[in-house]
Amino acid sequence: MSSDTEGTSKESAEPTGGAHSSAEAGGADTAAHRAAGGEPPAAGELEQTAPTEGGTRPAAPPTRSRKGMFGVPDSGDTSGFGGLQLPGWTPPPAERPFGGWFDEFADDFAAALDERGVGRSAIQQITIDRGEITFYVRREKIVDICRTLRDDEYLRFEMCSSVSGVDYGVDVPQRLHVVYHLLSMTYRRRIRLEVALDVDDPHVPSIVEVYPTADWHERETWDMFGIVFDGHPALTRILMPDDWEGHPQRKDYPLGGIPVEYKGAEIPPPDERRAYS
Amino acid sequence: MSTQDNTDVYAATETQTTEGTVYTLTGGDWDTLIDEEHDDRIVINMGPQHPSTHGVLRLVLELEGETVQQARSVIGYLHTGIEKNCEYRTWTQAVTFVTRMDYLSPIFNETGYCLAVEKLLGVEAPRRAQIGRVMLMEINRIGSHLVCLATGGMELGALTGMTAGFREREEVLHLLEFLTGLRMNHAFVRPGGLAQDFPEGWYERVTDFIEVMRERLPQYDKLLTGQTIWRQRLENVGYLPLDGCIALGATGPILRSAGLPWDLRKVEPYCGYEEYDFEVPVATEADCYARYRLRLAEIHESLKIIEQAAAKLKETPGPVMVEDRKIAWPAQLSIGSDGMGNSLEHVRKIMGQSMESLIHHFKLVTEGFQVPPGQAYAAVESPRGELGFHVVSDGGTRPVRVHVREPSFVNLQTMPAMCEGGMVADVIAAVASIDPVMGGVDR
Repeated sequence: MSSDTEGTSKESAEPTGGAHSSAEAGGADTAAHRAAGGEPPAAGELEQTAPTEGGTRPAAPPTRSRKGMFGVPDSGDTSGFGGLQLPGWTPPPAERPFGGWFDEFADDFAAALDERGVGRSAIQQITIDRGEITFYVRREKIVDICRTLRDDEYLRFEMCSSVSGVDYGVDVPQRLHVVYHLLSMTYRRRIRLEVALDVDDPHVPSIVEVYPTADWHERETWDMFGIVFDGHPALTRILMPDDWEGHPQRKDYPLGGIPVEYKGAEIPPPDERRAYS
Repeated sequence: MSTQDNTDVYAATETQTTEGTVYTLTGGDWDTLIDEEHDDRIVINMGPQHPSTHGVLRLVLELEGETVQQARSVIGYLHTGIEKNCEYRTWTQAVTFVTRMDYLSPIFNETGYCLAVEKLLGVEAPRRAQIGRVMLMEINRIGSHLVCLATGGMELGALTGMTAGFREREEVLHLLEFLTGLRMNHAFVRPGGLAQDFPEGWYERVTDFIEVMRERLPQYDKLLTGQTIWRQRLENVGYLPLDGCIALGATGPILRSAGLPWDLRKVEPYCGYEEYDFEVPVATEADCYARYRLRLAEIHESLKIIEQAAAKLKETPGPVMVEDRKIAWPAQLSIGSDGMGNSLEHVRKIMGQSMESLIHHFKLVTEGFQVPPGQAYAAVESPRGELGFHVVSDGGTRPVRVHVREPSFVNLQTMPAMCEGGMVADVIAAVASIDPVMGGVDR
């Protein structure tokens, strides 16, 4: 991958090309971004889409720097056993025009939020990447946002495909994200909502009253990530046993496993093997 | 032969606990228990080991007589941590994990995952690989639907349905074994394409299979579709109308049985499904019988797609893996004396001729390829509904997160809505019509 500077999104995308739609223009510079060493975007860049009045930062700001493996000054470990820590990465906010149906949709969405008294400030950041649109939203507004998306006649997201969590790693601020995938069967559109949470305050309002299907999804997310969905009718573990301690899919929860001996050599468990990222 | 007394040896024994009287029943008469302080409301645990619960699924049923007042399902007995495991393997290795989730539709798991990874990579598999995926998926869909009919029949007492269903499914597995090398858990679809091209003689095998299925499928109509008992067990049972389906997130045959022709192959075509001529069967009765008929009709449609895909594949030459050597897994495979492995030619090249090839091979296999940071969601229409993969990358050689929107998991939420208020025997029919695969539900 060439280390071009910003703005060479198309060139520094994967060489084999692929079906890049015009809508991806804003997001395809992920590759360029990464190639440029994952430099954090300027603080102003983050907040240009919507004003954030002292609230939470939408996508976790990158504070983690690259270390381990090649080109490191301190340890010089190139074996892979120390592991490579990649620099933090923040999805860049999209710039207008978004392309495709995204511009019109973003306008309709913002107007519907204003109309229902939620306010367009509930959207913290819009990211368009690989033909998918992601709205980073304020957690206290998530139920109202979902209800607006479901009920507004220009939006009509009848179906909640999936609710899940992502843990971006121990040293990332606001490391826990709740990700909602919504589907509009009327307009055949998919969007993604994302709420970033502090690990010390992993609370988010439950959307079960809007989308009953979120019941089990939220229970699974609680089970796996320890994210508390306030207002959920019965937030209990679903996959792990009731008396289980810890939340297995957090990054600081070990994978487990024991070393295995094979022909005299000892093979370490998967999470202790050499890793290049 | 001692003195005769009137104690009933089969009566329930009772013990006093802090929670009240606990009865241990061994099959006595219920009437001995019902008096003025006990009503006939009982809570029974069905499963997790029960021949009629479609796998390790536990149903907690609150019954009044034979009427189900409340039903809840308890899952997690087959949780294997596949999502977590994927985070510790390379992007390619994760295929071998996801294929094991819903073990009745492994090709769908692989394809859904690979489509998501390819979206992140910004590549598209070559046309021959896309057609091959479609053909494999539809063969797999037939096998999955046949197991649904077979186990559903068994659970409802139609044992001939089971033997017939598994007989035909064996044909599917034989064909898949011939095409991919394995009966199940193929790991044949890889990010960027397929593991290798189909073996010689694949076209004849596929057309033979279509012929056999066309001949045998009408037997199901004779055996089940018009059969009085089968209809009485399924008609007007497990009713779930369209609004209930959408609120509860049900997709696949459940949603289509309620009247909405929602099939991702038509509404969001992937792998070139827009090129194929097929119908989306739909019904409006929203009951178990409609779902049974839809699955049978979908098998016929799948045969049509397989026929078209095989014809296309025959005419489409070319590689089955992307050209980019940074992504394409080394797969110059051949069968040697010790089984399948890299071909001697490839081994000779990397070991004897080109140091760079060896380094490249070694790095790609041990380290894997890097995926640009970001997230993507890709969905395919599995036999059970929308199978979605949400994958997140931080730019490394391993996924940060692989979340699977499993249709079995979501559809199983509809069980209480279908069962409550009905008879306990209908719970079996309803669960069978949801067709949850516990490997997919628990992951």
